[in-house]
Amino acid sequence: MTAVTEARTVTPGSAIADAVQVVRAARRVPRRRTALVVGGLAVALVAAFGARVLLGDYTITIPDFVRILAGTDIPGATYILLESKLPRAVLATLAGVAFGVAGALFQTTLRNPLASPDIIGVSLGASACAVVAIALWGWQGLPVSAVAVTGAVAVALVVRLVAGPHGGYRLVLVGIGAAAAMQSVIQYVFTRVDEYDAQLVLRWLTGSVNGVAWPTIRLLALVLAVLLPLTWWVARSLRVSELGDDAAAGLGVSRARSELLLLLGVVLSAVAVAAAGPIAFVSFLAGPIARALNGGRTTILGAALTGAVVVVSADYVADYLVPDTNLPVGVVTGAVGAPFLLWLLARGRAGRRAA
Amino acid sequence: MTSTPVLERGAEAGRRTRPPLRLGAAAATALLVGVVAVACALSVLVGSRSVPVSALWDAGDPLHSVYIARIERTLLGLAVGAALALAGAVMQGLTRNPLADPGILGTNAGASFAMVVGLSVFGVSSLTDFLWIAFVGAAVASVLVHVVASLGRDGATPVKLAIAGAAVTAAATSWTTGVLLVDKQTMETFRYWQVGTIGGRDLSVLATGAPFLVVGALLALTGARLLNTLALGDDLARGLGRRTALDRVVLGVAVVLLAGTATALAGPIAFVGLVVPHGVRALVGSDHARVLPLSAMGGAALVVLADTLGRVVLPPSEVQVGVTAAVVGVPVFLLLVRRGRSGSGAL
Repeated sequence: MTAVTEARTVTPGSAIADAVQVVRAARRVPRRRTALVVGGLAVALVAAFGARVLLGDYTITIPDFVRILAGTDIPGATYILLESKLPRAVLATLAGVAFGVAGALFQTTLRNPLASPDIIGVSLGASACAVVAIALWGWQGLPVSAVAVTGAVAVALVVRLVAGPHGGYRLVLVGIGAAAAMQSVIQYVFTRVDEYDAQLVLRWLTGSVNGVAWPTIRLLALVLAVLLPLTWWVARSLRVSELGDDAAAGLGVSRARSELLLLLGVVLSAVAVAAAGPIAFVSFLAGPIARALNGGRTTILGAALTGAVVVVSADYVADYLVPDTNLPVGVVTGAVGAPFLLWLLARGRAGRRAA
Repeated sequence: MTSTPVLERGAEAGRRTRPPLRLGAAAATALLVGVVAVACALSVLVGSRSVPVSALWDAGDPLHSVYIARIERTLLGLAVGAALALAGAVMQGLTRNPLADPGILGTNAGASFAMVVGLSVFGVSSLTDFLWIAFVGAAVASVLVHVVASLGRDGATPVKLAIAGAAVTAAATSWTTGVLLVDKQTMETFRYWQVGTIGGRDLSVLATGAPFLVVGALLALTGARLLNTLALGDDLARGLGRRTALDRVVLGVAVVLLAGTATALAGPIAFVGLVVPHGVRALVGSDHARVLPLSAMGGAALVVLADTLGRVVLPPSEVQVGVTAAVVGVPVFLLLVRRGRSGSGAL
């Protein structure tokens, strides 16, 4: 401040230069914080990924890990790494990134911390369609993803239409209803399948990264490789969209752009659901956690990394919490995420915004 | 005596906004008795396979057992449906919240979780013990939802209640799933029960639950006047000489008994408690002395009809009544949210 007032007494040109300096300095602080947070999250993700792949009931040393990836065949270790640990860790990372980004897009564009795709039924819509395609029609691979995207878009449209243009609490309530309907569709489909596979049912109800084949993971990685840069590019306007439709329009960000962001969020969560199921509460959790770390500012990268850290570490817990039982990761995220939602409500944060 | 004008004005206002469908109490009762009778007849006569009607009376006929099974599930459906709808009607009056339903506000999920824990961890086997455990779970979940929702300045708005209910349901479902996965045997028992079904149950099951249902129903039905007074707001109710805290506890016990027993008998069935009281109110207005008994009848008819529909809609498989109830209930829920009726501030 003092710099500016002093500058005013000198020449206009240098006053502007000084003001620019002050603004730059003020902007640098949050930017430094963002860099710090993103760096910290990246380190946390690498650590969680490393722990997931190397530790557990079968320890793999780092040199062995590198050698196996390079193609050496170590009896036992190669199989466990390439067929169990690595696919789980990679899928958990990819799904976490997709859910995290989707959640952040929804929460900021709709300006409601409760309006994440997993709470308003979008993920379960994708899941219900994927289940029908897999269990009743016997489909696999890309068509399943396509059907999941269709289902997610359909549920999102229905919720949007029924809730009306003003979103808010209504959107959340309509979404909860839609989620309940989708859940009963999934449960119904599984009572019709002869061979009852508990792991399979739970994958589609709560989400799981167990036993997914490499082609499915590769497909998800490919789709994300296209979608994430696109999201990055479109989301430049996210901080303005956050101000609301009217203010955003006034600042030159068209409404269509917010809609496009929502659509990207729907597609991102749908493709992740097609591979890993609707992992409960990750979209809902990642955004607020990243925001809190980052001093109240939303960053797509922060939400993506937070989502990945949450899923990878929850999967580690799910695998080893109970001996001899492989819990699906969604059970852990749900058991932790739902109390977080209650806490958010109890603090009045969410209630005020939603009501 | 000061109370009379207020009540009269309330009644008058009710008459002025009389819904288009409104019937007299007698006509509505007759209508619902008819619906229940038709539902029972359909449920006994219609099924995934057609059986000659003669087998119904002929005990020697090998197909006689089919009818016995259908009658058993009809009776169970009547009891469960009546309990759920009554619980829903009481909850809606108690919380002055149009979205209240034992399925939405977490009561059923709490009961399920408690039962799964009881079976898996404590090795409970008798149905009576199950019922008590279900009551504990239902009570804990309901209290938790209401406490969480009423924190904060604006109190327990319908929206906060519904969201807190969804959160408790999600948490309880996650934990239930976790326990089920660890314990394969429990999983086998709960596989169908979890969806909500009234098929394949023994009548002894109903006999065990009946006393609790009767007590719950009596508590709820005697609470009609209480609910009418509460509808005027807590302050007015207290001014009219009611001890609102005690009233709430009594009605809460009724809800826990009804919803807990229904969940223990048939699994978590949502939306029956939501839809039926709204339908009944559209017919007879908002006097709880009429709404409560008629809701019980309507709920019984709805569950029996939904179950019958589930048996014939996709032969040869059966759609569980929990699923068909959701199919009917979700659109009504959405409609209610959209219309935002009931005069409560937040809706």
